[in-house]
Amino acid sequence: MISLSHYLILGAILFALGLGGIIFNRKNLIVLLMSAELLLLAVNTNFVAFSRYMHHVSGEVFVFFILTVAAAEAAIGLAILVVLFRNRRSIDIEALDQLKG
Amino acid sequence: MAQDLTVTILFYVFAALSVISAFLVITSRHPVRAVVALVFTFIFAACTWLLLEVEYLALLLIVVYIGAVMVLFMFVIMMLDINVEFNRAGFVKHWPVAFVVTILVIALLVSVVGPSHFGLGVVAAPKPLPADYSSIKALGTALFSGYLYPFILSAVILLAAMIAGITLTFRGRRPGVRAQVPAEQIRVQPKDRLKVVKMKSEAKKS
Repeated sequence: MISLSHYLILGAILFALGLGGIIFNRKNLIVLLMSAELLLLAVNTNFVAFSRYMHHVSGEVFVFFILTVAAAEAAIGLAILVVLFRNRRSIDIEALDQLKG
Repeated sequence: MAQDLTVTILFYVFAALSVISAFLVITSRHPVRAVVALVFTFIFAACTWLLLEVEYLALLLIVVYIGAVMVLFMFVIMMLDINVEFNRAGFVKHWPVAFVVTILVIALLVSVVGPSHFGLGVVAAPKPLPADYSSIKALGTALFSGYLYPFILSAVILLAAMIAGITLTFRGRRPGVRAQVPAEQIRVQPKDRLKVVKMKSEAKKS
């Protein structure tokens, strides 16, 4: 029988992989955006599991809103990426040092 | 009991496949392979959601994420023409940090959400939903009653995203390209285009 902690551990592993991907990839901004999608997927998995095990539909409604925000975030992020590539001819993260940070 | 065993086995299979493909997302060399791996991650995650009997959200995940967001990623990769054979120096430099952080986060989160806190003894497994239960009906009832204003706000978020996407990437009308200008079309007056010429009628030559 699958318990709630099974789903939460699956969400934790996916979240950690997304976080590791953000640290791991310093060369490609697209993979960084995909890691952010992985983080959101992990959070959504947690919401769905809690909603089902706690017998409350609010968690599913929040998954709906997170999907909306994730779609908006991906669209704006990719638009910024396109503008960045037009200006710099590169999406290398380590080359983005104009602010001297 | 046999059904429980089937669900358990399916959960482990889908969870393992989604974790493997999530690992491939962050380690693949080519961004197109990363997108394909992310598609498979979403498919297998949606399968684990189906085991929770949230059919509508699982299908929505596939339609919205794979059908819209991943295709958007694919289009951007296709348009950008990025150098695929980038060097791996950044990967080699950062992988121990990433590995340690990943392991630490997994250990930390599992210690919090482990079976001692959220196991079957603490949170009982939900009963199977009745055959006439409609998950889309339950979701819609909650969405259009208690969450109506957040629902409208999410529409505003999508509108803002659309406007931001267009204004960021639109470079203005290029010269030399023929296009309609509606403002000028509306502003035009009959006297600009039409000229009435007064002249005497001419006699027919006989």
